Amino acid sequence: MKTRITRACQCSAAFAAAGLLLSACGSSGADGSGQTGATSFEGRGPITFVSGKDTTGTRQPLIDRWNKEHPKEKVTLIQLPSDADTQRQQMIQNAETKSDAYTVLYLDVVWTSEFAAHRWIDPLPGKQFPLDRMLKPVLETAKYRDGLYAVPSSSDGGMLYYRTDLLKKAGITQPPGTWAEMKSACAEVKKLPDAKDMSCYAGQFQKYEGLTVNFSEAVNSAGGTVTDGSGKPDVDTADAKKGLDFLVDSFKDGTIPKEAITYQEEESRQAFQAGKLIFLRNWPYVYSLAGKSEIAGKFAVAPLPGLDGPGSSSLGGHNLALSSFAKNKATALDFMKFYTSEETSRYFLKEAALAPAYAAFYDDKALVEQYPYLPVLKESILRAVPRPRVVQYGDVTASLQQEAYAALTGSKSSAQALKDLQKDLQQKSAAQ
Amino acid sequence: MAVTKTPPETGAGRAAGGDRGPVNRRRARATAGSGRMAALLVSPTLVVLAIVVLYPTLMALNGSLYGAKGLDPKTGFIRDTEPFVGLQNYADILGQAGERFWNAFWNTTFFTVVTVGLETLIGVGMALIMHEAFRGRGLVRAGILVPWAVPTAISGLLWRWIFNSDGIANALIGQQILWTTEGFQAKVAVIVAEVWKTAPFIGLLVLAGLQVIPKEVYEAARIDGASAARRFWHITLPLVKPALLVAMLFRCMDALRMFDLPYILVGAQKHSVETLSMLAHHEASNVRFGPASAYAVLLFLYVFLIALAFVRLLGADLIGDVGADTHKRKGRRLRIPALRRAEVTS
Repeated sequence: MKTRITRACQCSAAFAAAGLLLSACGSSGADGSGQTGATSFEGRGPITFVSGKDTTGTRQPLIDRWNKEHPKEKVTLIQLPSDADTQRQQMIQNAETKSDAYTVLYLDVVWTSEFAAHRWIDPLPGKQFPLDRMLKPVLETAKYRDGLYAVPSSSDGGMLYYRTDLLKKAGITQPPGTWAEMKSACAEVKKLPDAKDMSCYAGQFQKYEGLTVNFSEAVNSAGGTVTDGSGKPDVDTADAKKGLDFLVDSFKDGTIPKEAITYQEEESRQAFQAGKLIFLRNWPYVYSLAGKSEIAGKFAVAPLPGLDGPGSSSLGGHNLALSSFAKNKATALDFMKFYTSEETSRYFLKEAALAPAYAAFYDDKALVEQYPYLPVLKESILRAVPRPRVVQYGDVTASLQQEAYAALTGSKSSAQALKDLQKDLQQKSAAQ
Repeated sequence: MAVTKTPPETGAGRAAGGDRGPVNRRRARATAGSGRMAALLVSPTLVVLAIVVLYPTLMALNGSLYGAKGLDPKTGFIRDTEPFVGLQNYADILGQAGERFWNAFWNTTFFTVVTVGLETLIGVGMALIMHEAFRGRGLVRAGILVPWAVPTAISGLLWRWIFNSDGIANALIGQQILWTTEGFQAKVAVIVAEVWKTAPFIGLLVLAGLQVIPKEVYEAARIDGASAARRFWHITLPLVKPALLVAMLFRCMDALRMFDLPYILVGAQKHSVETLSMLAHHEASNVRFGPASAYAVLLFLYVFLIALAFVRLLGADLIGDVGADTHKRKGRRLRIPALRRAEVTS
């Protein structure tokens, strides 16, 4: 009952808003043309910063510091649930009701296009941010149709975690650079008596966003694409099939354990830490956690392998955006500069192990000593391919998950899955 | 609330004819004077109901006639208005997305029939146990009610751990079943979790029904030499039936709207467990409120029809009681407290 009513309320609210707009548009049609950079950043005063749950407890201290320096322009942290879908929905609800409750939004990189196209977030003056010092692929995630709609705050890239102790015992000195090398390394390692029952590789293959990430990575790492630069689907290709086939065949021959079809990030991390896996694809957050587990000192990271050479990661991370319906935008802009500054990035890298958007950190000797995975991560991010940057991202990722899952579980051949996916994506992009 | 009460009256007027009809008419004439007073007293309730039930329902109906805002390819922005598409959303749901809709429809129906069936059996069993006088009865009662007190979302997480590939469910059966993957096992997982959580609800309502059955009836039966099975079948069951039916009605309506359990336990977009609510949620979360409303309206109609069928069932039963033997008349009196209790828990 409750859900139905809220849904109905959303609808009615959206509806009322649409009605208002109808009449508003009659008087000022030019306002709707949405020229980038037309926003004026005026007004100073208290604002809010909306993000998911502050699990590392590092955001509030930083905001406290800002508040101390700006007693008249205080920032309040609004914490949404830690689940990304819920965060997105609450931000959308706020936008659909044109509420000024949310000022600065902590957006997942894949939401930028959707929020920008709906004009829920303002275009930003790029010149006021040190964008040229940021990694290019990261910066791309903040743009929509060449306009800057967000500022990168943190990044993320996939890496290959591997068991150094076992590889060494099997006489392998280099981490694998290709899928074939990985499989042969596994064959060697599994000859060892204490690795007999281990599985070779796993990523995240449960039907959720993680599958989109892993599927896209496999396709990109084999030289294929999911969507091209302009968002057009081009996935029914021989290269894409090679990528998907790597996953499908690995499931069939046991390279990937069959329970990996239920793995999300955490399950796969636990399997790796419990010594069930030789290789694992995961995000940088695993590094410090695994360092405190039973396999501490027995693992290292390498760039993701691919078909003929190094693979491509999907890009993760978060950007800051400014809600179109907010007040005190001058303060908001200042806060965004503060929050995305190099100093703040250093703080988040140290305190929360968040990958910075700034290139310089990855080569900083002192930092690399502390975070040995930084050079690998930099390589991963530089070679990363962003997930499809489309307005209807929710639909696209649903289709990707649908078809990839069907192929991995064997209910469709990989060729058929890609064919259906291409058709589905074309239909959806035509419907826009 | 309003639905459950009116039809018995109309049903009585039509079917019982003879002795009930004149009574109704006389009462109608008698209330003509005090009718205005009654209307005045009821009006606050009606106003509240109109605001929280009628208005959103009408808005959803209206909303379902509008399509999603399109993307203007020139500016790259989403248009400001939702186009009026008439019944196109419904046509799309039943045509283009028909496969998905009917799959969700059958899933919803399957879950409802199976879970409510199992819950009824287990719930009645629980109620009978809770009703017995024995040492530690309070503890057993509390224990049985715990699952009902756990929020569904939390129980979904709980069962996800149990049905994990390394979870306790697999450890117990000594086999590795991947419960949260597509397939019949996912349905089983949802049914187990749902029954675990809501059987106590039926147990609670049936217990309330059991407690008002007078002891003398059982004593009389025992003196007449009725066996325990006969006593259950011919005394307990007919007398708790009103309470049981109400409990089942509420469970059915709840189960038809099932969302959080399959969503959290098995995951979104798993076709083996996708329900109608999940389809509506999927549309709404992709900012297509028109189609989402259309799904919600269809689900509403379905729930409404089932509720109506149930009320008819209850209503028919009501008339059947009148003029029958004394046992059943007692049963009729039980109905009112049972109904009220159900309203409180709903």
